[in-house]
Amino acid sequence: MVVIQVQNLRKVYQVHQREAGLGAALKSLLVRKMDEVRAVDSLSFQVEAGEVVGFLGPNGAGKTTSLKMLAGLLHPSGGETKVLGYTPERRERGFLSQITLVMGQRNQLVWDIPAIDSFELNRAIYRIPLADYQRTLDELTHLLGLEPILNKPVRNLSLGERMKCEIAGALLHRPRVLFLDEPTIGLDVTAQKRIREFIAEYNRRHEAAVLLTSHYMADVEALCKRVIVIHHGRLLFDGDLSDLVAKFAPTKTISVHLEDDQTDLSAYGEVISREEGQITLRVPRSETTRVTTRLLADMPVTDFTVQDPPIEDVIETVFAQPDAIASKVN
Amino acid sequence: MLALIAYYQQRIKTSFIVQSQYRVALAIWMIGLVLEPVIYLVVWRTVAESSGGQVGGFTPGGFAAYYIVLMVVMHLTQIWHMWEMEYLIRDGTMSGRLLRPIHPIHQDVSENIAYKVLMLIVVIPASLFLVVVFQPDIQTSLWDALLFMPAILLAAVLAFMVGWVVALAAFWTTRTLAINEFYFISMFFFAGQVAPLDLLPDFIRRVADLLPFRWMLSFPVELFLGRLTAQEALEGFSAQVIWIGLAWLALRWVWTQGVRRYGAVGG
Repeated sequence: MVVIQVQNLRKVYQVHQREAGLGAALKSLLVRKMDEVRAVDSLSFQVEAGEVVGFLGPNGAGKTTSLKMLAGLLHPSGGETKVLGYTPERRERGFLSQITLVMGQRNQLVWDIPAIDSFELNRAIYRIPLADYQRTLDELTHLLGLEPILNKPVRNLSLGERMKCEIAGALLHRPRVLFLDEPTIGLDVTAQKRIREFIAEYNRRHEAAVLLTSHYMADVEALCKRVIVIHHGRLLFDGDLSDLVAKFAPTKTISVHLEDDQTDLSAYGEVISREEGQITLRVPRSETTRVTTRLLADMPVTDFTVQDPPIEDVIETVFAQPDAIASKVN
Repeated sequence: MLALIAYYQQRIKTSFIVQSQYRVALAIWMIGLVLEPVIYLVVWRTVAESSGGQVGGFTPGGFAAYYIVLMVVMHLTQIWHMWEMEYLIRDGTMSGRLLRPIHPIHQDVSENIAYKVLMLIVVIPASLFLVVVFQPDIQTSLWDALLFMPAILLAAVLAFMVGWVVALAAFWTTRTLAINEFYFISMFFFAGQVAPLDLLPDFIRRVADLLPFRWMLSFPVELFLGRLTAQEALEGFSAQVIWIGLAWLALRWVWTQGVRRYGAVGG
């Protein structure tokens, strides 16, 4: 079942342009030059119930703007969006009761009171029956390890603790669609892992659709089978993460074990490391089979592996050369 | 409706908890609230005493009565959300409120009610203290006292709605200080703060009748002090109801337009 349907979505901002200096400032009092900035441009995709989709792009690509439009915070300049059959910007009760947007750490919690009091407030706002509330709260407390922090004022919590409470607050009403904008930003590795596991578990238990942005590729790798890559508000790629790597990783790494790790293999590819009998080479993707065959034929190889480069490197390539990538996609 | 009542109960409870944590800030707000009418009261009493015992029908005791009642009405009709709205919108904090399946105005209404109720703990003793010190001349009939209740309720509703419309200017400009100042200066002249409206020139009184400010503050005070005829009281209630209707229409329109413009800054 399709829960998010985006068709030719556009967002154009009118931005006041002014040159530097006092003269320009005074002039702008009388005449204002406005420029159009296309934050999101003809974006189309759809997400099924139960899917976890990574929404990727460099800073300023239009990810957050898109999420805000999907959550009904921003009015689109054009195109059509349906989330759970609702038009988001109408912000109907039925829509807002079934979605959540986690963005930063200030949406769910009242700063001066313990998180548990903010959760009680959410119970009243979302009209959650007491039994359901208690059951969901118990589940979230268990999964996120909230027990020791629920009764402390939010202002006394650490960043990671606040984020966990923020996420719990955002999920008390059991939303069917989750928009998560950098849910692990600024957290330590342990907290990141816990939140990652939690999102996967929530998705599994409740068949919720998740659209997630993150600069941590570990989040994307762990959670998202599918990714949508955008740049300058335009769609660059929509498909399986493994396809993204296959398409855009320009190289592969070949690790070989040799008796003599001082053997010169530079004729086969770029040597990137050499340690304890293992030499690692980087070779162009298209050359992989040929180089592997030659290596096996020429050298006394005891073991070897061929791997895709780390996902970070692939994404970096995509972001660094979006125009080249776009032509490759087309 | 029951769900909305449950929300108000929870939100007011939360507001009590939050607001009672800031005792010093509350004390400073209260000093301001008490001090302002006391200054006018002292000035006008002095003028009355030096002008042969009265000014425009107000004796020193009359001024004391006017400004003590004004202080209570000011407390019960005050709105400060225009000072917060700019921050909420400029900073993007409004996003959290817009994501919830309840209109953001309900949060402000409940916080407004919570603050007013909480601060009655101070306002009532402060009023009694001023009564003892300034010996006001209060001759309120039972009828005036009864009519005072709906008048103050309507005044509070009107003031809140007008104040919220003013606050929503923050959707269009992130520098709302000038607009807020204009609003408070209008209150200062046309709502009977600087002087009872009876003391102002006829022309200004007529302008005040056409604006919403008198009906937000001065009208309940005049009613309580028995300064209005039955006809004038009826006109006053009518003005309050009409202005509430207009403010409601304005609020709906400005809100719809404002939310369309909202930039949801931050991430």
